Order: sequence, then structure tokens, then C-alpha cells
Amino acid sequence: MTKDTEIIMTYLKSTISACLLVLFLGMSAEAQITEKAEFGKFAITNATVHTITSGVVENGTVLIDGEKITDVGTDINIPSGYKQIDGTGKHVYPGFIDSGTQLGLQEIGAVAVTNDQAELGDFNPHVRAFTAINPSSASIPVTRVNGVTNAISMPVSGRLAGKATLIDLYGYSPDSMAVRPNAAIHLNWPTSKKGGWWDDRSDKKVKKEYQADLKELNDFISRAKFYDKMLTDFENNPNNKEQPDMDKKMQAMREVVKGEVPVIISVDAKKDILDVIEWTKNYPDMQFILAGVRDGWRVADEIAEAGLPCLVSTLYTPERDYDNYQRPYQNPGNLHAAGVKVAIATGGVENVRNAPYHAGFAANYGLGQEEALKAITINAAEIFGVDDKLGSIEPGKQANLFIADGDPFEPMNHITDVFIGGNKIPMVSRHIQLYQQYLDRGAKTN
Amino acid sequence: MKKLLITILVFCFSLTGYAQDKGSILIKDGTLITIANGNMPNTDLLIEDGIITEIGEDISAPRGIETVDASGKYVMPGIIDAHSHIAGVDINEWTNPVTAEVSMEESINPNDINIYWALAGGVTSIHLMHGSANVIGGQNETLKLRYGADMDEMRFEGAPRTIKFALGENPTRVHGQGFDVQPRTRMGVEQVIRDHFDAAIDYKRNHQEYLDAKQDYENGNRSTPPVPVAKNERLEVLVDILEGEVLVHTHSYRADEITMLMRVFNDYGIENYTFQHANEAFKVAPELKKNGAYTSVFADWWAYKFEVYYSTAYNASILNENGVKNSINSDSGELIRHLNHEAAKTVHYGNTSKQDALKMITLNPAVQLGIDEDVGSIEVGKHGDVAIWDGHPLSIYSKTLKTFVDGKKYFDRAEDADDMRLNVDAEQDFDEASGRWYNENGRHSETCLQGAEIRFSKNGMKLQGN
Repeated sequence: MTKDTEIIMTYLKSTISACLLVLFLGMSAEAQITEKAEFGKFAITNATVHTITSGVVENGTVLIDGEKITDVGTDINIPSGYKQIDGTGKHVYPGFIDSGTQLGLQEIGAVAVTNDQAELGDFNPHVRAFTAINPSSASIPVTRVNGVTNAISMPVSGRLAGKATLIDLYGYSPDSMAVRPNAAIHLNWPTSKKGGWWDDRSDKKVKKEYQADLKELNDFISRAKFYDKMLTDFENNPNNKEQPDMDKKMQAMREVVKGEVPVIISVDAKKDILDVIEWTKNYPDMQFILAGVRDGWRVADEIAEAGLPCLVSTLYTPERDYDNYQRPYQNPGNLHAAGVKVAIATGGVENVRNAPYHAGFAANYGLGQEEALKAITINAAEIFGVDDKLGSIEPGKQANLFIADGDPFEPMNHITDVFIGGNKIPMVSRHIQLYQQYLDRGAKTN
Repeated sequence: MKKLLITILVFCFSLTGYAQDKGSILIKDGTLITIANGNMPNTDLLIEDGIITEIGEDISAPRGIETVDASGKYVMPGIIDAHSHIAGVDINEWTNPVTAEVSMEESINPNDINIYWALAGGVTSIHLMHGSANVIGGQNETLKLRYGADMDEMRFEGAPRTIKFALGENPTRVHGQGFDVQPRTRMGVEQVIRDHFDAAIDYKRNHQEYLDAKQDYENGNRSTPPVPVAKNERLEVLVDILEGEVLVHTHSYRADEITMLMRVFNDYGIENYTFQHANEAFKVAPELKKNGAYTSVFADWWAYKFEVYYSTAYNASILNENGVKNSINSDSGELIRHLNHEAAKTVHYGNTSKQDALKMITLNPAVQLGIDEDVGSIEVGKHGDVAIWDGHPLSIYSKTLKTFVDGKKYFDRAEDADDMRLNVDAEQDFDEASGRWYNENGRHSETCLQGAEIRFSKNGMKLQGN
């Protein structure tokens, strides 16, 4: 080899490796950042389809066309143009719904500037989670690859914390994610109990403050009802009625006092739950949902009689030292047995992906697998008035579903495919990307 | 009168002797998850006086030893939690960046109901750790969950001494940010550690020089008596660390601070150490392997603070694949109730084998605590710390049926009454309100900072979240 050819060869080699490098970087960049969801027509075949509302279909087919499920069954001809996904040995479930989270409102717990779930002030009915949902939160892909496709995300501070939103965990804006922008309003029930060891108020003072808090709440709702009446009168008869001054808070309460938007009441202690039940009877036109409800098993019959649905979880320690250690696991089952409609709500942010395991513990401790599946799908959809869109695998519903290699409550099993609004979403999250990058780091040690 | 005295004496002895009781039991026909030698179906396990004496088929019960039928059930070694704060009274001596002299050994509440709840999840030993408010915190205590024993009887006899170190946000926040005391940065954290190791080396040398000079004086080879070196408990513990008598368990998250500490430990010849939490350990798995370092991680906690934002739930699987001995811990009174389920997540995230997943809550934490000769697997000669499960322990549908520590039964689902407290506190308000069911203000309460989070403002005492 002459000197010249050697130089040329070296040049060529470096050029080729540079090209390969560019190609490789391009590929990995695409895999990690710009991978898009697939949208179109899909046929999932030969799968065990857990429809929730119409039983389990063995060797079933699910057709997805655009945003919607178009057919479910066994004898389905797959029209041309459908991309087939072989579901042999696999299971299809409707996307799981977590009925109480702060997903999209918080990025990093201890970094205050990334926390958007707690606005100042005690009465904020006009404040909306929908406004502050960050579609690019790293927690969202982490959650959806575990089969959780929808979440209620809610403000949490003060007495009336603000409006909760029901979102698809896929989209580029709050608008594209929202299934129901104002899905509920969140009320923190003022507790009649002492806060803990550090609470040095006298019993008398605790009671007095509780009553003052209740009065404030009742007055607020009375004003809202009056405002709604004045405004309705004016709207019906603009010539003869005076127009009330603009009041954003009162405006925001209109859909609540009319019963169009339900009130999620966070309440845990037995006495408080009983008080809530009595209190809701004062407002027959409004809709109520209980959340937390950790003493629910003590007053399950009373809750059932009042017809209040409950948003509950299982993975927490018993409320009192003397409670049996399995009470948190049993609470959903106890409530259901009394006739209460239950849905799973983790209350979490970054680990909403564990919602299926909350349901799994509930299933194992009395709720049973079938009811636990309902608690994390159709019950949630019904409670928030979106059962025409979500919560089961039925023709006409939004294509929010996932494919698993087994029972999704079992942590040893895997979710292989997830659809949200017909989008076959990339099975990519920060956690998966870091795994791919570092499993075999391929670099020398220092 | 004499009779009464004897009765009282016997009663007192029986109280103190309660936990020292070692039990004997024959567990028949279970599937033994031995950890050491795979799974053994339809096998009997004999525990006598707290020690496993026989494993095999058709063992007949020696006279007076009770038999438990475990056919169709699984028998696994008691779960070991390498990072816990349950049963702790005080957690953080937060007053100085270095408090090596303090210890959790006198800070144990054997009546803590969390112990019973952990037993109900098949846990038999915990590493009761000091908190993470300081760079070099207090010494930890390895306990057996002999619920209701007295403080001394809770200790894991023969377990090596261990100490808590902490890197990153917690010590820099509490001391630098809270009190304007070094360290304010990760740079400062390194120097605090080096300063104190250097001081310990000087202390040891000066002490030896004093002893030599004293000897010289006594032998008449020196005219004046030497000035003694003042005893310094803090430095003495640090000397013990340098001499390998105290195992270091370091609260850490980021890859850079993990490599920093390995560099420092290599400079001072410290070995056999464990990184606790270590959310970014996966990034430096080959370096951890090279240094023989251990890790003890959460199954999936992340994003509760900035230093755990770039985390992955695949951490444990990556570490395992790279040959790093890893355990899954709880650091929580809640997660400790289902560590089997936390271990199962390593199968979900990264396909760790079931056997390796189980190792992460049994033998691996035992190695990290230096108690693997006694516990962590089912082998003849090891302690009778086992639990019987009604299904494979990694399944979410499995429940602990019975839990034994030293062959003595401390939990039995069939005899599980509603209120299992040993110590009823008349002062306790039974109907306190709980915290809200969601994370209030979006913050996790980090048990590691328990007792420190309420005080570390330089503007005085302040209770967070109140």
C-alpha cells in the first residue's frame, strides 16, 4: 500500500465511521425523543379480552379505527388496512383509571416551583387543575406504560381546593388530554379531630373551630346558590332583573350547586364521615363523592345507605395502632360488601403507576378480582360521568386499552402495548430509556 | 409471704425470659425456598431451640415438638429489611454534621405496633438506622423482630456494628442551608468526611505516641510524664471504621457522590460498604462492582426531590445484571409490610429472575449487614427465622400465614386478633385525625429526616407542614 492510498483509506475509514456514528446517533435520538404514537386502524387478534361490562371473550378480536373501538368479539372479519397485533396468550384490558392523583401538577416533590397543586386561599372553586397540567411531565409516560391510561388530577389545598380534571395520559396540551376538563371540585372536609401529638388545642377549641369551619363552608355554598339564582333569573329575564356583579368564585360554583359537577369530599375519620353523610342531605341537588375514607369499613352501611361512591386506596398503614394490620387492604372489599361503589385513587403523583397494585391488594383482601377490575375501570368512569367514553372495551368507546402478558395486578407480569384515544403509544419512559442506556453501559470503568 | 415473693419473682423472670425463648417447630411438606439451594418441594424443616437442625423428607417430630402442616404452602427465610426506622424512638441527632458517637442502640421501642405489622409481612430482621441529617450520622442497630421483648433482647446478637453516612441534599440542606455550617455543597460533604478521617488517624497516632511515651516514662527512659490525649468518642468510632470494625451504610442518590465516596474509601482503605437508596447507582454499576460495593435500593421511589429525578425503577435489575449485590429495602412503615411485593417489581422492571428477586430481601441484605452466617437462607445451622406463605411469596395474591423468629411464632394469621398492641397508652387520643389520604403539598415525608425536618430552620424551631 502506497502512502497515498493509506491516507485515502484512513480518510475513508474515518468518513465511514463518522457516517455510521451519525446514523447511530440519529437512530438513538429518534428512539428516545421523537418517537411518535401510531394512529390508524388496528386489529388485536386471538387475545383474551376482559371487556369488564360484557364478560371475558376468549380468542377475541378488538378492532380500533381512529380514536374508537369499533368491534369486539370472536367471529370478526378483519377488513383490509388494519394493522394486526397478535394477542395469542395475551390479555386485553380497558385502560386503568386512577380516580385521585396530582399527576401533571407536580414534577419534583421537594422543589416548590414545580408544585402547582396547592393555590393560596381557602376557597378556590375557580382554580382549575386543567389549567396547570404539564403534558410533558416525566411522570406521565412512566405511568401509562404500566397500563394506567387515565387519571383524575386535582388541586389539594385549603377548604375548596379547586376543580379536578380527568385526563388521558397522552397528548400535547391540556386541551388534547382532557376527557372532562372540570370533572369534579375538591373539598377538604374540616376535621373534628385533633391533628396529632403536636396539636395542643383544647377539646373545646377543636370543636369550636370545627363548627366555625363548617359555618364558613355552608355560608359559601348559600351565597353560591343565591348567586346562581340571581344570575339564572337575570338570564331568563334580562329586561326586568338586575345583573349581579361579576364574581368568578360564584360563577365557578354554579355547575357545582346545580349538581352538574360532583364534589369530591376528602374525609377519613369515622365521626367526620358520619357528619359528611348528614351534611350532604342539606344539598339534595348536588352530587357528592367521598375520597380517602380510611375509616370507611367502620361505617360502610351508613355510606351505602347514603348512596355515596368512595375513592379509596390500600397501600397505607392502619389509621390507629389498634386497628388490625389488614384494614387498609380490606377497606375497599368491606365497602363493596355493604353496597358502596368503590374506585381506586392512589393520591399519588410519580407512582400513580402503582394503581394496579392498590387494586390487586383490594382484590386479594375481599374485593375479589372482578370487582377490583371494575374499581379501576368502569366504576371510575361512571362516578365521573364518562362511562360513555371510558372504562370498558365496547364498540363506540374511546380506544383506551392495554395488552398484558398476564394478570396486570400481578407485579411479575408485563404490559406490552398501550392505546390511548386510539394512539398506540411508544412504550418509552424515562425509566425505560435509562434502563436501555445503562443495562450494559459499554464504557470502561474509571 | 414467701410463696408470694416466689410468684412475683417467677412472674418477673417469665416476663424478661419471654423473648429469649427460642422455639422448636417441625414444618412439614412445604415448598422450601431455601435461597441457598433452590426450591425444595414437599420438604420438612426442623427447628430446634431456635436453630435449623434438619431439612429433608419424612422427618418425625422429636418428643414435645409441635408440627405445622405446610403442604401446598411455601416456606421462605424471614425477610430482612436493610433500611428501616420502625421501632426507632429518636432518629436524627441533627446537631452537628458529624455525630459518630451516638447510636440507635438505646433508641429502640420493642412495643412499636409497626413491628407486628412487619412480622405480618414475613419480616424477621431489620436494620434500624440513624437518620440522614448529617454527613456522618449515628451508629445503627440490627434487630430481630422479637415483638414485645425488652430493648436488649431485640438486638441481633453478634451482628457487626454499622454506621450511617449521608451525602447530597439532606446534610447540605440541614447544615449548610439551615445553619450556615459546612457542608453547603457536595464539595463540602467530601471534605467533611476527609477532615474527620484525618483527625481520627491523628487521634490514633497521638494516642499511641502517648502510650509509648508513658511506657518510656514508666521504664525510666523519659524524665517527664507525657500529657495524655483527651478521650474523644467521636474519633474513636471513626478509628473503628478505618479499622474495618464498623460497616458503613451511606444514604446517597447521585452517581457522582457515589463515586466520590468510593474514591475517599479507597484512599482510606475502607471496604465492605453499602450504598443506601442509591437511585443513580445503575449509572456506575461497573464501578460499584469493581470496588465490591453493595447497594440497597427502593423498588420504585423517585421524583420526590431533585436528586432522585433522573431515576429508574430498573435500578435493581441493572445492578443485578452487572454483578452488584443489591437488596430492596423499605425505609418505610408501609413498604415493610409487603417487601415481597416490592421485590416482585424487579421482575416487572427488567426481568430479574424470581430467585434473584427473593435474594434481594433475604440473603443479600444479610450479607450487607454481616449476618449472613446466621440468617438469609434456609440451611442447617442457621437461625429458625422463617415465614410460611399460602402461595409464592412474589405473587400479589400471597399472604403470610405464620412468621417465626428463632423458631418461636410471633405472627399467626389464624390467631390474629384486631388489636395486637402490647403497650396500651392511656394518654393516646384514639381518634386523632389522620393526615390527608393524598400527599399533602405534594411532599413525601422522608422517614430518613424524621426529627430533623421540624427543627432545621436557623430562624428557630419550626414544624413543617403545620
